[in-house]
Amino acid sequence: MSFIRDGLTIGAVAVGAFFFLAGMVGLLRFPDTLSRLHALSKADNLGLGLIVFGLLFQEDELFPALKLVGVWLLALLAGAIVAQLIARAAIRDRPSA
Amino acid sequence: MTLTFAFDAILALALVAVAAWTTAARDMFAAVAGSVAFGLLMALVWVRLAAPDVALTEAAIGSGVTGGLLIAVGARLRRNGASPGAEPPGAILRCTAAVVCGLVTVGLGAIVLLSPEPAPTLAPLAARHLPQTGLGNPVTAVLMAYRAIDTLLEVVVLLLALVGVWSLAPDRYWGGRPGMQQHEDPNGVLAFFARLLPPIGIIVAIHLFWVGSVAPGGEFQSATVVGAMWLLAMIAGLVDLPPIDRPGVRLGLVVGPVVFIVIGLAGTALAGAFLAYPPGHAKLLILVIEIPVTLSIAATLGLLVVGPPQRMPPG
Repeated sequence: MSFIRDGLTIGAVAVGAFFFLAGMVGLLRFPDTLSRLHALSKADNLGLGLIVFGLLFQEDELFPALKLVGVWLLALLAGAIVAQLIARAAIRDRPSA
Repeated sequence: MTLTFAFDAILALALVAVAAWTTAARDMFAAVAGSVAFGLLMALVWVRLAAPDVALTEAAIGSGVTGGLLIAVGARLRRNGASPGAEPPGAILRCTAAVVCGLVTVGLGAIVLLSPEPAPTLAPLAARHLPQTGLGNPVTAVLMAYRAIDTLLEVVVLLLALVGVWSLAPDRYWGGRPGMQQHEDPNGVLAFFARLLPPIGIIVAIHLFWVGSVAPGGEFQSATVVGAMWLLAMIAGLVDLPPIDRPGVRLGLVVGPVVFIVIGLAGTALAGAFLAYPPGHAKLLILVIEIPVTLSIAATLGLLVVGPPQRMPPG
């Protein structure tokens, strides 16, 4: 039983870490602010979500598990809002368009 | 075992790399971002050193509030047309700074590496007397009972820092509102965020405050969260800051230190020493101190980040 749980954790966290890696590559390689934001928000939302999902299998009690989900939801909310604000500033400051 | 060692090694290397990058960064905002990242990595280091209380404070104060302060200072310098890179410090100044910083590093390293084995510690003593304080978290016992004088001085220092910031205000703005008027769209995403987050943030702050007696947490971390929620509502234009000569503002700023000092003086009469608590009443008195102190710290931190008054006083 714990073997299955550990396997699920390792799998989900590894895929989550891959999304962070992909987001990082996008942040470094993409040409302009908007596409870099696009890459980063994928990493934040999906990567963190998968890592939280993986960690849930290690949690025996309900309350700490809910806290983990709460952290993810707050990160989602903050990430979405901050991405909006940065995108707006980027569009406003764009030299010609 | 080797995996945790590898993690610690990567963490330590990343910390040094971020510190070096922050020092070398030419752009001020890049350097500020670097220092925030440094603070977050430092918080992870404290977690690895089994000091979650310090980690929370580092993340909240060292990274959050200080980062906000530095960003505000950077924006202010840029707005006033002062280019921070205009006058690079001379070679002598830079060399002196490098030597002094190097000496501090060597000294700290020597203290850690050359301290006797086992290192001198008061931890067993602190743990033995923990029941007398009625607290379950030894860190809170040190901050609020054994070394309450240090905490009192920290709170007073914060207040003095705010007085220093306010004293930079031009005469015509004295008694006015700090910061600029915010013109954010009242139906925009930021205003939405500033309506949604504070209720959650306030619950988190109360939780941090309350759990501080038995687990990592406490008034500084809690106050930082409250201050951050206040700043968020202000940046989104939902609330404006009060003029700094309002009696309510002054009262909110000093109520914490005043209650702290009054209870400390009462300890002189009732328990024989300044800041001593009468046996059996320690926990209640600590709570009575911590509630106003949290409010005062939150108000002080928020006003510190906003800076001196920049608008004409009303009337």
